[in-house]
Amino acid sequence: MNSETLNTLDSYSKNKYKYGFVTEIDDEKPKKGLNENTIKFISQKKNEPEWMLDWRLKAYSKWKKMQEPKWANLSFPEIDYQDIYYYSAPKGFEKKPKDLSEVDPKLIETYNKLGIPLEEQKVLAGVAVDVVFDSVSVATTYKGELEKLGIIFCSIGEAIQKHPDLIKKYLGSVIPPGDHSFSALNSAVFTDGSFVYIPEGVQCPMELSTYFRINAENTGQFERTLIIADKGSYVSYLEGCTAPKRDDNQLHAANVELIALEDAEIKYSTVQNWYPGDEDGKGGIYNFVTKRGLCAGKNSKISWTQVETGSAITWKYPSCILKGDNSIGEFYSVAITNNFQQADTGTKMTHIGRNTKSKIISKGISLGHSQNTYRGEVSFLRKADKARNYTQCDSLLVGNQCGAHTVPYIDSKNNTAVIEHEASTSKINEDQLYYCRQRGLSHEEAVSLIVNGFCKQVLQELPMEFAVEAQKLVSISLEGSVG
Amino acid sequence: MFLEIKDLSVKIENKNILKSLNLNINKGEVHAIMGPNGSGKSTLANVLAGKEDYEILNGKINFKDNDLFDLNIEERAQEGMFLAFQYPVEIPGVNITPFLHSAINSKRKRMNEAEIDNLSFAKLLKSKASDLGINIDMLKRSVNTGFSGGEKKRYEILQMSILDPDLAILDETDSGLDIDALKIVTDGVNKLKTKNNSFLIITHYQKLLDYIKPDYVHVMVNGSIVKSGGSEIASEIEKDGFQKFQ
Repeated sequence: MNSETLNTLDSYSKNKYKYGFVTEIDDEKPKKGLNENTIKFISQKKNEPEWMLDWRLKAYSKWKKMQEPKWANLSFPEIDYQDIYYYSAPKGFEKKPKDLSEVDPKLIETYNKLGIPLEEQKVLAGVAVDVVFDSVSVATTYKGELEKLGIIFCSIGEAIQKHPDLIKKYLGSVIPPGDHSFSALNSAVFTDGSFVYIPEGVQCPMELSTYFRINAENTGQFERTLIIADKGSYVSYLEGCTAPKRDDNQLHAANVELIALEDAEIKYSTVQNWYPGDEDGKGGIYNFVTKRGLCAGKNSKISWTQVETGSAITWKYPSCILKGDNSIGEFYSVAITNNFQQADTGTKMTHIGRNTKSKIISKGISLGHSQNTYRGEVSFLRKADKARNYTQCDSLLVGNQCGAHTVPYIDSKNNTAVIEHEASTSKINEDQLYYCRQRGLSHEEAVSLIVNGFCKQVLQELPMEFAVEAQKLVSISLEGSVG
Repeated sequence: MFLEIKDLSVKIENKNILKSLNLNINKGEVHAIMGPNGSGKSTLANVLAGKEDYEILNGKINFKDNDLFDLNIEERAQEGMFLAFQYPVEIPGVNITPFLHSAINSKRKRMNEAEIDNLSFAKLLKSKASDLGINIDMLKRSVNTGFSGGEKKRYEILQMSILDPDLAILDETDSGLDIDALKIVTDGVNKLKTKNNSFLIITHYQKLLDYIKPDYVHVMVNGSIVKSGGSEIASEIEKDGFQKFQ
């Protein structure tokens, strides 16, 4: 561990969740609760065409008949969908600001505080950022440069206006609104999110990034992200998120759809750091996220990497549908739960095409009173000749009040499939701690080092800029949990 | 006195391991402890390092004017105590460079010295490694992971040379080493020896002492030191074994 990480650890010991501040800004909200009027309000605010409103209303009517999925190993009080604001925008966002000079300085300051400067020259070299504050996209950087290559990177609201053909063709094509209640809910009320289209043969020269921030109280965040990589193209996309500290639970139900056509590759990385609640389990974000990628074309590849440290509840299974022959799906995950956090996360790999391959590396770390579940489903359909899966699930327990669970499902309808599964559960090794401490490291540093080592296989999959952040985050998440 | 062990009795899981053990080590001295298996040699090493599995029944240990029992494991290390382990544990995914860098800086912090930066540390590590004949490629691997027995021991000596301890305890560092590895390890120890640091070498065989010349040799049997003297004792043991001391 480098001294920078140590300094961060020190600075965090006083204030564990440093993103917990609230920006005082006038916002505009409809009435609380969910009904057709709420949806019409959102659609109208976003200036949407008729077909989009219809799409939303159809999803809403499906949602009304649906129950929440119950398979997860999570317990939480029932969500009152009528006690949530479904839209919140900083005032003056009816028209999206053309450039940063039109953005409220308070917003820019908020992002500076979060370490995400919006001025392009200050943005980390080679990362274009789309920033979503509550329900609206605030700014997208480096737009001009990307446009020269024909890359579309904008908010989904803007894409609905400007690229209706792509939206009509792909929105909901991987996650149908009626898939389950959270996808129906998102489809009905999604507010903003990012849209990416990479044209044929283009290798996107920089990391594209979206940063989500929930600010307003009692507000749900329902973002929708759609990424399309056309034939032979490549894109790497990063997602980060934070929220203020609040005593109430806030709902976040995002949908992310990826589509990779022939020979295309999408790499999607997430560092999820929503407010996890306090030491007694009060407050925190309920994170119900549906992420699914479709390897539509031959030789396409989709790779999910996630570092999940935040949220009171995490319910998330980034999945791949391997439809194209020779396509590849990957899932790398680190999930850390502390205090009273609950995580039920994993993936689904559906092998449809011939010679498709998937790889799952999951590392779960449980501390405090938390519960951490890996849930995975690998299935091979009849035509998936010579498909392969490799799964490795490792759980690490720190302390004796927490739980780690592994629930792998494997379903094969093709007898040429090759399936490998490895799983391990271990407690943090006393001999390793003794060894590190004998060299002069404190107990806490030693735990952090060992856990970072345990996660390395996953962390090394992250793009450089993110890897350092993620490593710090891992250390911070372990704070105060040992000794 | 640099290290003073007085009347030390220790048990683990209802078994008395050390019985009224006494040992004094001055600055600049090399002491060797020899004894048969199960005589309590490794227990002594671990009690000095602060491992928490033991129950101290009686006695005192003074180290550099500190009551050693007031210090926890890392504080003892930061005060300059180093234990080269008999069986160094593997730590997968943790590279030696950040590991040792943190270690050296925690020691410097306690001594109120400035931290060493990344670049200077990397240079230091490389030069120490090449002094000890350690391949640079080995520095890229995770701590002890997938190392052979000999590699692990050399790695311990490398760490020792970086951390530059006041008191180095070598717990059966010679076990499992072939003669070439033994030479590399003992050369490393001899290079580190100054008049300001001390060594406590725990060994089973006399062979190690052909390469490192101890000032004192102690024979430990059944939890106590039964005989102390110069290196001639080692030769006696080589000839007749431990039988006559029991």
